[in-house]
Amino acid sequence: MPEHILALRDIHKSFGETQVLKGISLNVTAGEVVSIIGASGSGKSTFLRSINGLEMPQSGFLDFEGLSFDYHPESRFFPTATQLQALRKKVGMVFQSYNLWPHMTVLQNVIHAPIKLLKLPRAQAIEEAEALLSRIGLYEKRHSYPARLSGGQQQRVAIARALAMKPSLMLFDEVTSALDPELVHEVLVLMASLAREGMTMLVVTHEIAFARDVSSRVLFFDKGVIAEDGPPEILRNPQSDRLRQFLHRILHDEVAGVGAGYGGTQQ
Amino acid sequence: MITDFIGEVQIYGPGFMLAAWTVFWLTILTIVVSWVCGLLAALGHRSKVKAVRMLAAFYIWFVRGTPTLIQVFIIYFGLPQFGIRLSPFTAGVLSLGINSGAYVAEIIRGGLTAIPRGQTESSLALGFSPAETMRSIILPQVFRIILPSITNEAISTLKNTSLLSTITVVELTLYAQTLIAATFRPFEFYIAVAVIYLVLTTFLTQLAAWLERRYALQS
Repeated sequence: MPEHILALRDIHKSFGETQVLKGISLNVTAGEVVSIIGASGSGKSTFLRSINGLEMPQSGFLDFEGLSFDYHPESRFFPTATQLQALRKKVGMVFQSYNLWPHMTVLQNVIHAPIKLLKLPRAQAIEEAEALLSRIGLYEKRHSYPARLSGGQQQRVAIARALAMKPSLMLFDEVTSALDPELVHEVLVLMASLAREGMTMLVVTHEIAFARDVSSRVLFFDKGVIAEDGPPEILRNPQSDRLRQFLHRILHDEVAGVGAGYGGTQQ
Repeated sequence: MITDFIGEVQIYGPGFMLAAWTVFWLTILTIVVSWVCGLLAALGHRSKVKAVRMLAAFYIWFVRGTPTLIQVFIIYFGLPQFGIRLSPFTAGVLSLGINSGAYVAEIIRGGLTAIPRGQTESSLALGFSPAETMRSIILPQVFRIILPSITNEAISTLKNTSLLSTITVVELTLYAQTLIAATFRPFEFYIAVAVIYLVLTTFLTQLAAWLERRYALQS
């Protein structure tokens, strides 16, 4: 029996009258790389954001590394502020718009959380951050401010900032959608290398090539439910009409060869 | 003529220096009070608790809608009726600080709305508390954005200290008035007051310009 690092059960979320998540359940095993695809408005981003409580579900259950939440407002297992912070320290998140802090240098962005939240000694935090920045090829930029970096570089720093907390799960929310096409590749390559190293990842993406070549599992979201859940092969052999239609629309636009080969699948 | 002037400076100079020193401290302390009031009101305005939001809104509405001089009088002359007797200096700092705080609150509110939501989210997602996020991520950015407006407000505060002559704080205006009463030479002494204010406001502007260069957001 593989060990589930994250278990979600029956997650519901509405914005006013609009039901966005209609009872999502998902188990994630350590080392899995799960791509989440679907049309905009299908609930995939809201789902990702509900995992670390940036959106609070109205009901449902979460289990993650010894934390058990029941999102029903009256439940005594409803997460406290401290429990929510404990969850977030172990779950890294990267956003579409990078969200680096413009008043801090690249290095300061990366060491801020480890120093304040993990209570790392400053020297050690800097050492680890510099190792991370070398790894993503931005060591030379460590004293630059984010505004001096390209979008792709900023996004790689944002990934390093999340990794500095040594998370056991990483959430990627359409992290290449705001990038110029020529900068998408460097970010996807970094994500692929993380995947190869065994990082557990949930990736909301429009990059079908990434979902196909890098992830070990693909979820297709449709109208607030998981309409398909399977290995990347479902992208070649969709079981449902909805996924077939979705892929047709997406791949229709995709020029042959673009995005191919981000380094093979794991497992 | 020149020797006359030097003689006058020797006579009245020390008094003016003392009064200017009072104005300097009045301004510094008032700015501190106004920033505290302004920050509390700005944050109170976005509180989840409705009563806090209403209190903040009432504060800003009341202060901005009534004359500064009346606010000074309420604190200095009005509060003793309730047994709260403040020295002229303390009453002055408090009333001008509370007054300026309402304007600072509006400035901070504007600055807060200029910070994208993603700045907060990336901090929360790492595990920071909302309070720590506000302190180390949001407010430092707000400070950089609002520095020019906050400087204007500080200069207003500096000039408003002249109102405190009415509650017997011996600042520049009241000191000049006592000299004028004795010498019947309002022109010279009011000009002297104006020149000293100019020196102080120029100093403040330069200080703010330096801060702005020092903390400019790189872009």
